[in-house]
Amino acid sequence: MANLTTDFVGIKSPNPFWLASAPPTDKEYNVRRAFEAGWGGVVWKTLGEAGPPIVNVNGPRYGAIWGADRRLLGLNNIELITDRPLDVNLREIKAVKRDYPDRAMVVSLMVPCVEEAWKAILPLVEETGADGVELNFGCPHGMSERGMGSAVGQVPEYIEMVTRWVKQNTRMPCIVKLTPNITDIRKPAMAAHAGGADAVSLINTINSITSVDLDLFAPEPTIDGKGAHGGYCGPAVKPIALNMVAEIARTPEMADLPISGIGGVTTWKDAAEFMALGAGNVQVCTAAMTYGFKIVQEMISGLSQYMDEKGMTSTSELVRKAVPNVSDWQHLNLNYVTKARIDQDLCISCGRCFAACEDTSHQAIVMSEDRVFTVKDDECVACNLCVNVCPVEGCITMERLEVGAIDERTGRPVAAEHGDWTSHPNNPAVAQAAE
Amino acid sequence: MDARALKEGIVSGRLDPDALSAGFADLHGQLSNHEALVAADRCYFCHDAPCVTACPTDIDIPLFIRQIATGTPEAAAKTILTQNIMGGMCARVCPTETLCEEVCVREVAEGEPVQIGRLQRYATDTLMAQGVHPFSRAAPTGKRIAIVGAGPAGLACAHRLAMHGHDVLVFDARPKAGGLNEYGIAAYKSTEDFAAREVDWLLQIGGIEIRNGIALGRDMTMSELQSDYDAVFLGMGLGGVNALTAPGADKEGVLDAVGFIADLRQCTDLSSLPVGRDVVVIGGGMTAVDAAVQSKLLGALNVTIVYRRGRDRMNASVWEQELAAAKGVRIITNASPVAVHGNGAVREIEFEFTDDDLTPTGQTFRLAADQVFKAIGQTLTGDDLPDLDGRKIAVTGPGRTSVKGVWAGGDCAAGGEDLTVTAVAEGRDAAEDIHVALMRA
Repeated sequence: MANLTTDFVGIKSPNPFWLASAPPTDKEYNVRRAFEAGWGGVVWKTLGEAGPPIVNVNGPRYGAIWGADRRLLGLNNIELITDRPLDVNLREIKAVKRDYPDRAMVVSLMVPCVEEAWKAILPLVEETGADGVELNFGCPHGMSERGMGSAVGQVPEYIEMVTRWVKQNTRMPCIVKLTPNITDIRKPAMAAHAGGADAVSLINTINSITSVDLDLFAPEPTIDGKGAHGGYCGPAVKPIALNMVAEIARTPEMADLPISGIGGVTTWKDAAEFMALGAGNVQVCTAAMTYGFKIVQEMISGLSQYMDEKGMTSTSELVRKAVPNVSDWQHLNLNYVTKARIDQDLCISCGRCFAACEDTSHQAIVMSEDRVFTVKDDECVACNLCVNVCPVEGCITMERLEVGAIDERTGRPVAAEHGDWTSHPNNPAVAQAAE
Repeated sequence: MDARALKEGIVSGRLDPDALSAGFADLHGQLSNHEALVAADRCYFCHDAPCVTACPTDIDIPLFIRQIATGTPEAAAKTILTQNIMGGMCARVCPTETLCEEVCVREVAEGEPVQIGRLQRYATDTLMAQGVHPFSRAAPTGKRIAIVGAGPAGLACAHRLAMHGHDVLVFDARPKAGGLNEYGIAAYKSTEDFAAREVDWLLQIGGIEIRNGIALGRDMTMSELQSDYDAVFLGMGLGGVNALTAPGADKEGVLDAVGFIADLRQCTDLSSLPVGRDVVVIGGGMTAVDAAVQSKLLGALNVTIVYRRGRDRMNASVWEQELAAAKGVRIITNASPVAVHGNGAVREIEFEFTDDDLTPTGQTFRLAADQVFKAIGQTLTGDDLPDLDGRKIAVTGPGRTSVKGVWAGGDCAAGGEDLTVTAVAEGRDAAEDIHVALMRA
């Protein structure tokens, strides 16, 4: 079986599956049970500075989006950072780390944007024996109204400044957790890098309103007739998170910046995808909140099997494996020509491909009177929409035309060489260069 | 109507080969990949799931279903087989409707359980089709263990012992290994020689030798086994059949259902297997249903199961009863056989209606019968066996018998239902206990 041991910024864990800073990691009781269940590490729920404890709402904290069979697809929350006293959390962190020395114990922190506040809390965390700290620059609700969380994460200068304070005031590895509620994730990541961060973790939750109660005319979750935006997470946010992870990973200046991937990781496959796009490990929250700690068993068995099948012996072989293939549109090969092919043996004659193509795409599918659907190669632009709407897996596939074959849509033979927008005659820049 | 169907007496070829093969085809069939994903998606991944508690082998059902859902049926199979090395056969023959699926929260809430049995089969079949045996042996211990009976209990015990590094010799009286998986069970539940293929797959662990045609008491004695081996596990099942005491029970055409089922399972050409026109099966368990349904599938015109108690006392599950009804088998309850009529061969069998406490009512009826199958229970046979508890070998804990160094499990041991899955659990647990005992010594 593949070895899942990971070393993330010097923090070792028996597998790359960590629980993200969130309610599952808010107390000793949970974290011990998580470690017993097999989790490789945790990021302890965000600690704030000493003083009066945080206050949470006393109505619902979560809103959700479900699939038809009530499969939870997206979750939103308005919970704040830990509402338990700082000394209690510190004491528990120390006790758990002492009993589970082989597991990663990272402590999430969020204190006001003044150096004294960071100077005050860092030694306290160091004293617990924790392996590192994660700076919560991501929470988009509540704390951001007080100038913390995503309010910091949205200003690269603040990120760099606070990261530098932290690096100057502790020997512990420092992971900076980024908010996705920005326009270009590379800017805050670069700021963290410049400030000396050992790694970034992303994404934190996305500003969201999950739904509106159409009787109360109030956003959900609704507190006494009102609602505030919350942070969205779960399977629904994974594509957004994957892109942001990849954008950082493929930026040359940050090629060596370790990334902890977060955002909708629900299965081993999700984790493998994050890792292939550059994440050295992953953090999980919503899946654990939905199904319990036990899911880590599937993540471990699944990733092991996958790595065995791929002949990989260490997670480091998987990390960044897909990064070289994340490209810009302008470099995609325009001479790669495919056509949709409908397997008539698999087709159940529902006509969804026809409706999609006829009504919304390129009118490239023909429907016969006896409900046989075929592709018109002279119209098919290979958009893939028919594949995506077909309910039968593998029924419609995109088949590549061989070099030299005539693309009936353009009437031109398929060229052997790579040809992209940067060299395309329609590109004004190419025309200019030629002049 | 086809004259062959109406022909009186016990004759072969009542149905044409196409009808025979259609009838005896795989009862459930294998789920396609898509069906498996849809079925797996219905699992709620319950905490401390009731289905696991209901499984005699404690398979982690939510985990294996999640492993299917996440595209790793091989990992799912390993989860299953770690607990139940005959998970493939159990997926086919377990009465899931009275075990895991009965307590599935979706059965309780909606009357529609997650298809646990079929998902289990999807996973185990996927792995076995790849020829993968996901377990390996520990370093050799030098210990030798004798197992009597190569059925589910004996083989489960053998596999677990072999995994622990012991050398295992399995003796079986029949020419083939597999026990009731091979010689019992309706053919439509174990198609394409699955029982034999599963044995071959199981033996890939190594360290297990099977010797067929050797019976305890005939070819070897208990004391020989005890002196020649470090431990003995008895898993020989129930070799005898309860006798029918009604007058005329010795008439021609009155047969044991288990023998009929065994003949059918070993038959390579079902059109050569004779069956009566009017078949009566006496009993209320799975053997009765298997015999009755298969009689019908062989072309018997009238098949009736007669059980002496009420329907709620039948050992065959409601699902099995409905299967029988769907195949055209009539079920009569609260009736006991009082006489078998006929001149030499059975022609009629007479029953008397009984109350639920078996008190005769005085009202009788007769059923035309040219073939009668007795499915009224099996009995343990053998001498020099450890102490009995009733009519089976008494065991405490994980199969310990009254004799030191001798364990027992499966149908021959007291306690537990007579199910394949129960036998596997008992064989496995006895193996663990034997291992601990031998390594301590």
